[in-house]
Amino acid sequence: MIIPCMIFTFIFSYWPLRGWIMAFQNFKPSKGYLGSKFVGLDQFRFLFSDITFWQSLRNTLAMSVLNLIFGTVFAIVFAMLLNEIQHMWFKKIVQTISYLPHFLSWVIVCSLISDMLSSSGGTVNNVLMAMGIIDKPVLWLGQQKYFWWINTFGNVWKEMGWNSIIYIAAMAGIDQSLYEAAEIDGANRYQKMLHVTLPGIRSTIVVILIMNVGWILNAGFELPYLLGRGLVLDVSETIDIFVLTYGINSGNYSLATAAGIFKSVISIVLVASTNWIANKLGENALM
Amino acid sequence: MKKEKQIREFKLEPVIFYTVNTVLMALVIIVMLYPFWNTVAVSFNDAQDSLRGGITFWPRKFSTYSYQTVFKNELLSTAVVNSVLRTLIATVLGVFVASLIGFVLSREEFVWKKFTTAYFLVTMYVSAGLIPTYFLVKSLHLLNNFWVYILPGLVSVFNVIIIKSYMQSLPESLVEAAKVDGAGYGRCFIQIVLPCCKPVLATIALWCAVGAWNSWFDTFLYCSGEESLTTLQYEMMKLLSSAMNSSAQRDGASMYGQGNVSMVTPTSMRAAVTVVASVPILAVYPFLQKYFVSGVTLGAVKG
Repeated sequence: MIIPCMIFTFIFSYWPLRGWIMAFQNFKPSKGYLGSKFVGLDQFRFLFSDITFWQSLRNTLAMSVLNLIFGTVFAIVFAMLLNEIQHMWFKKIVQTISYLPHFLSWVIVCSLISDMLSSSGGTVNNVLMAMGIIDKPVLWLGQQKYFWWINTFGNVWKEMGWNSIIYIAAMAGIDQSLYEAAEIDGANRYQKMLHVTLPGIRSTIVVILIMNVGWILNAGFELPYLLGRGLVLDVSETIDIFVLTYGINSGNYSLATAAGIFKSVISIVLVASTNWIANKLGENALM
Repeated sequence: MKKEKQIREFKLEPVIFYTVNTVLMALVIIVMLYPFWNTVAVSFNDAQDSLRGGITFWPRKFSTYSYQTVFKNELLSTAVVNSVLRTLIATVLGVFVASLIGFVLSREEFVWKKFTTAYFLVTMYVSAGLIPTYFLVKSLHLLNNFWVYILPGLVSVFNVIIIKSYMQSLPESLVEAAKVDGAGYGRCFIQIVLPCCKPVLATIALWCAVGAWNSWFDTFLYCSGEESLTTLQYEMMKLLSSAMNSSAQRDGASMYGQGNVSMVTPTSMRAAVTVVASVPILAVYPFLQKYFVSGVTLGAVKG
């Protein structure tokens, strides 16, 4: 019974790997993999001399790192504050609502972001103006300096509740007697949060962080693609978008595949090594 | 424990803390909910009236015209049908395939267990990338074909692993007893193991459904030449693009407005499509919450 599934996986996951040949060819779809001319590493040479490629690599790394830092911090702080709520029903409501954005698609999230940040009557501008922080609407989506932050907080908004699930589960696993002991020793609430809760989930945090570092070249494709228009293209283009525009839109298949391989290989190395480190560090790290 | 403490000594500090915390959490609720809530309000408001701005929590001039336009429009109705179809098929097949592979991999007596597990695991980390996959889909004649929505993502190794580790946690004697009674593997799988896996199956089903319902990129990449295969999220993406290019502000309305442009605006159309495209999932997920919470925890341990 498992044989058909394996064949299926072979077709859709292993068979396309032969397409990596393209990166070493001057690939023409009409000639196929066998007929196209081999050019060795020329495509890679061309790729590494392309300024757009370096730019998209920089954008990918910057947005990933920002996502990683802010995503983790917000999720942990949220989980810790949620943990301190005493009324179960309120906790439950907050938690349920915090998952909501996770279930919206990126297209919808981007549409909501563009509404909220709109320079004509967008809520963010209205609120900031009412509070007197700015005196005229800011064109959030049209300026390069804001784009990475929009991406970061878009991700925080969408995934904060979802990412906190794992930390909340880890907190539930902390031995209650530790809190009692701390209380007898005269610890107040903040000391307990800082010295019992946080160390209790530290191994979870470390493992999750390490594993996420492995995916650092996957900055997320959808938000930068959907919201990056016109003026902000210089800071919004990620490697995935580079592959898409060069490959599918302008038909430069070999170059795009080379960029894709570059990303894949680095990702594999990173994921493999971070997984190895995570396993070394935390045999029993997660529950 | 905490209650005892409150009774024992009343202090000002906890009161301040809980007030601040409650306010913060209320703020979280507002921030998470408001953008969507606001869109719902706009979608039920009269389109021309919305242009004046200032719609916040409730529609000012109630109208369901935007929704009528959405459901009367041929392209958007096709999109709804396609989205529903692909979600149903992808969920049923996806859950079945994942649990089947998970079952085989969870059997201790399966001889090539190690090799097969590695075989599936590798695909989680190594992917050929966009361009080779595109050519594969092309060579399989799946371009502009409905099955491109189902087939490439059918085997999700992540789901397989979650189901597998759940099945491994079931007592081994369950299957053994059934085998002693003369049940084959097929019967064991369908009548014994699957019913025990309901919580994890619910989680996987939710993930499959969310993934299928929310994806637009495959339509964009593989099926943009075929209007009868359009999906709701892809139409939403087109509406968003035309809204982003402010010079093309009116395109959205003329694309779907069916002549009566003044009754719908790009904004009102986009709001209505947003609601149609997200309500099905938002209506379901709260009820599956306790399942997917345990699923995420399991996934993080194994993944």
